[in-house]
Amino acid sequence: MSRIEVREDRCKGCLLCTTVCPVDIIVQSDRFNVSGYKVAEVPAELKEKCTGCASCAMICPDVAITVYKTPKKKGGK
Amino acid sequence: MTEMNEKLVFDKPESVIDRATHYCPGCHHGIAHRLVGELLDEMQLTEKSLLIGSIGCSVFLYNYLNVDAVEAPHGRAPAVGTGVKRARPDNFVFTYQGDGDLASIGMAEIMHAANRGEKISVVFVNNTVYGMTGGQMAPTTLIGQKTTTSPAGRCVAHEGAPIRMAEIIASLGGVAYAARGSLDCVKNIRAAKKHIKKAFECQVNATGFGFVELLSGCPTNWKMTPVQANERIQKEMIPYFPLGVFKDISEEGGIC
Repeated sequence: MSRIEVREDRCKGCLLCTTVCPVDIIVQSDRFNVSGYKVAEVPAELKEKCTGCASCAMICPDVAITVYKTPKKKGGK
Repeated sequence: MTEMNEKLVFDKPESVIDRATHYCPGCHHGIAHRLVGELLDEMQLTEKSLLIGSIGCSVFLYNYLNVDAVEAPHGRAPAVGTGVKRARPDNFVFTYQGDGDLASIGMAEIMHAANRGEKISVVFVNNTVYGMTGGQMAPTTLIGQKTTTSPAGRCVAHEGAPIRMAEIIASLGGVAYAARGSLDCVKNIRAAKKHIKKAFECQVNATGFGFVELLSGCPTNWKMTPVQANERIQKEMIPYFPLGVFKDISEEGGIC
C-alpha cells in the first residue's frame, strides 16, 4: 500500500494538493495546527487508494508531504 | 504496519533547510525553492553554490537554501552576480529574483548582464505583482488587473503593456538559454524543473547566460484562494505569457 505523510506543523492548508490527487483522497481536516491552519489529511477509510504518484508532494509549496510507494506484487496483488 | 518493500519516493531535498517558510499559504515561492534545491542536489552543486539574493518576498531565501549567499541591493542581483562570478569563476553563481526586482528597478542590470553573456544563472519568479510591499502594480501586471496602485485595473494607455521578460532576454546576444515555465500544475512544474536544469547547465558548461521565468501565484495580493490563483495562471497568465523555450544555443557550443 502506498501512502503519504503530511507534516501537520508545516501544512498551511492551501489545499493545492487536493486539486491534483488523481484519486481524490486528500481533504481538509477539522484540526488546526499550531499556526492556526486547517491541515490536509487522507481519511483512514480512503488511505488504501493512494497510488504513490507524488503529485501532491510535487505541488505542495511547503514541502510538507512525504510519499512512500509500495511496488505492486506480481500477479496483481 | 509498514511493509518492507516500501520505497521513499518523495522527500525534502538535502539543499532545502528543514524550516517553515514565511510565505503565505499557496505561494509558489516554496515550489520554486524546492525545484532549485532538488537540482542543486542532483547536479552536486550545493557545496560550490553562491546564491545572490534579491529584494522582495524571496529576500529570506538564504534561510531556506543551504548554500552561501550574498544579499544584493534591490534589483542589482545580476550585477553582484557578475562580480562574484568573475572573482570566483569556479563557483556556481545564481540569482533568484521576483518581477518587481528584476523587471522594474533591476531592468538595467539584468539586460546588461544577459547581453554581456555573464556565466550566471537567473531564476525569475513572475507573479504579476509586488508581493512583499503589499500588492502594488509591477511591470508584469496584466491589463485590467487591479492592484493597490492601479485600483481601476492596469490600462495600456496609462501604464503600458506587461513586459514579457523571457522573450526580451532571448533576443540578447550573450544568452545561451531563455525559457518560461509555470508552477500552477504538476505537468508544468515538471517542465519548469527541466528549464531550470538547462539554465544551470549553461553555467556548468560555460556556454553563456541562463534565464528561466517561472509564472507563479500570489493568492494574497490577487485576493484569491490558492486554488483560484492557480486557475488564474491557466486562464489569464499563460495566454499572455506563453510557456516554452525562446532561445537555446547550449547544444551549439554557446556564445563564444
